[in-house]
Amino acid sequence: MKELTYADALREALREEMTRDPNVILLGEEIGVFNGVYKVTRGLLDEFGPHRVRDTPISEAAIAGAAVGLALAGMKPVAEIMYMDFLPICMDQLSTQAAKMRFMSGGQLNVPMVLRTQYSLGRQHGSQHSQFTPAWFLQVPGMKVVLPSDPSDAKGLLKSSIRDPNPVLFVESGLLYRTKGPVPEEDYTVPLGEASVKKKGDDVTIVAVSRMVIESLAAAKMLEADGISAEVVDLRTLQPLDLNTISESVKRTSRLIIASDDVKRGGIGSEISASVTETCFDYLDAPITRVACPDTPIPFSPSLEQQYMPNAGRVIQAVKEVVGR
Amino acid sequence: MATITQVQEIPQDEYAKHGLTKEKLRDMLRKMLIIRKFEEKVEELFIVKGLLIGPSHLYLGQESIAVGAMMALHPEDLTVTTYRGHGHALAKDVPANLCMAELFGKSTGNCKGLGGSMHVAIYPKTGSLYATAIVGSGIPITAGVGLGLKQRGSKQIAATFFGDGACNTGAFHEGMNLIALWKLPVLLFCENNQYAMSTPVKLAVSSPSIAERARSYGMETMVVSGNDVVAVYVAAKSAAERARRESMPTFLECLTYKMKGHGVYDKGEYRPKEEVAKWLERDPIATFKKRLLNEKIMTTIEIDDVEKSTRQEIEDSVNFATRGSPLPFDQIMNYVYME
Repeated sequence: MKELTYADALREALREEMTRDPNVILLGEEIGVFNGVYKVTRGLLDEFGPHRVRDTPISEAAIAGAAVGLALAGMKPVAEIMYMDFLPICMDQLSTQAAKMRFMSGGQLNVPMVLRTQYSLGRQHGSQHSQFTPAWFLQVPGMKVVLPSDPSDAKGLLKSSIRDPNPVLFVESGLLYRTKGPVPEEDYTVPLGEASVKKKGDDVTIVAVSRMVIESLAAAKMLEADGISAEVVDLRTLQPLDLNTISESVKRTSRLIIASDDVKRGGIGSEISASVTETCFDYLDAPITRVACPDTPIPFSPSLEQQYMPNAGRVIQAVKEVVGR
Repeated sequence: MATITQVQEIPQDEYAKHGLTKEKLRDMLRKMLIIRKFEEKVEELFIVKGLLIGPSHLYLGQESIAVGAMMALHPEDLTVTTYRGHGHALAKDVPANLCMAELFGKSTGNCKGLGGSMHVAIYPKTGSLYATAIVGSGIPITAGVGLGLKQRGSKQIAATFFGDGACNTGAFHEGMNLIALWKLPVLLFCENNQYAMSTPVKLAVSSPSIAERARSYGMETMVVSGNDVVAVYVAAKSAAERARRESMPTFLECLTYKMKGHGVYDKGEYRPKEEVAKWLERDPIATFKKRLLNEKIMTTIEIDDVEKSTRQEIEDSVNFATRGSPLPFDQIMNYVYME
């Protein structure tokens, strides 16, 4: 094992896949000469040249559309959209074009593209540069949605996403880019569609997504002092949704918390809650509880943003309510 | 500096000069007639017989554009077209049987009945790569296709077809910019049929013309007499050569007219009668037939034979379509993700 940051692990995945497959090309705003706004693509322009690392104008619809076309023409594009807030500008290309092409064509087409993006909640970026909206894509069959929480998964999941024959939305966490973690030395991938039990526990299941996995692990550690054993499941991919791993865990613990950085109403937690109610109703000893953001836009003021964001403390509070201690 | 070139109707005595053999000219007529018979049959199946339902956008009156363009392209070139795509599909050699079965929603259709009329031009086997039902969205996609072909050093080029309405979408502008900026081997056929649904161009486009707008992107632009299949062919051929040789895009604004309304149920009554009459006189098939007869390229009997055989081909396609059955419902799940 070696120690890498989340951003460095992502870069390793890109470099390895670009080396492995000459059809893998990158495109996006500021990814080449500027090395990427968050430096994920640093050095790749020098290494692979401007034809494989292509700077684009600020044209999100064209970036996503070009990625779709590249995929149709036999390439493996990895497009970058700088902020998740910019996805609505290219939503047609993602939800109405890429995700439906295989289906509408009766299986004649497939769209092997990856669209990387990141959300910056917690970095004082205000209402239009902080949103976390992967749940929108729950309404988009045909699209895969991947959300890594640590460097090892970031690398392995990105490699799998690039090799996947379907369109993949790959959502990174801006707050996690500088976090470090162990990454295997050898070549490896992490399969899409499998959640990961990041900590074993018996009293309550916490299903967490992206940055909230880190907060939930911190919460679980603190809960141990109170004699509460929490299991933390990192969802890793929202679509396909690994309901099996979640259900197996809930059947043992009988309690479920879902922790994510999106707005609570109609969010990731809503879908998981509904699905678990359908499959595990008889096993539940407490209401399924969501730890998420309030139903408002994201406030800029740093102190307000801190109150707005879910954190380990709110996970602990929710756990204590459902375990009754 | 990019220029705007006018491509007027080509007199029949110049056909040979443009390398058009008798065989090629006959093929042009046959292909236009296949589309005409197909669309007339579709209209009948919707309105008279009630056997087809859903939206369907006829290509009647624009046959010259798809046929002229596709004959100028190589068979392996890739096209991205739209929901008004029956004509593009047939001109790009998608078998009429498969198209008709797709309109009937049968599993024997090229998209297994999952796409329908608006996606009937998806048949990558003949280079008919994609057809979108969202106005303007095909242009950025074609930028990507062109970039992919260029990057791989392919000899293929990409062509996209869209209407005048697409020119007012954001996707059009973003896509045009990339295609011109990156010098992609792409032909853009804007089929200006004068109306986006019921809205005339003059109420929707701020620029003096659509061609002017294209030129402003630094793109070579042609304004083509779109109802003349030979004019479209000649324009498309020179544009295709430039794309193949120099990897440079061309915008071709093809002036034309919908013989019917926007969709199969729209009678287009919002259009001035004199305007409709004027354009109907320029029916691309009737005028081309006249020229072939005048130039003694075909006889009346030969033309009648083509009429008959194309009509029969479309009758056969209806029989093929009605014999098929829809995909079993439990199989639709298999088309969402690729394993």
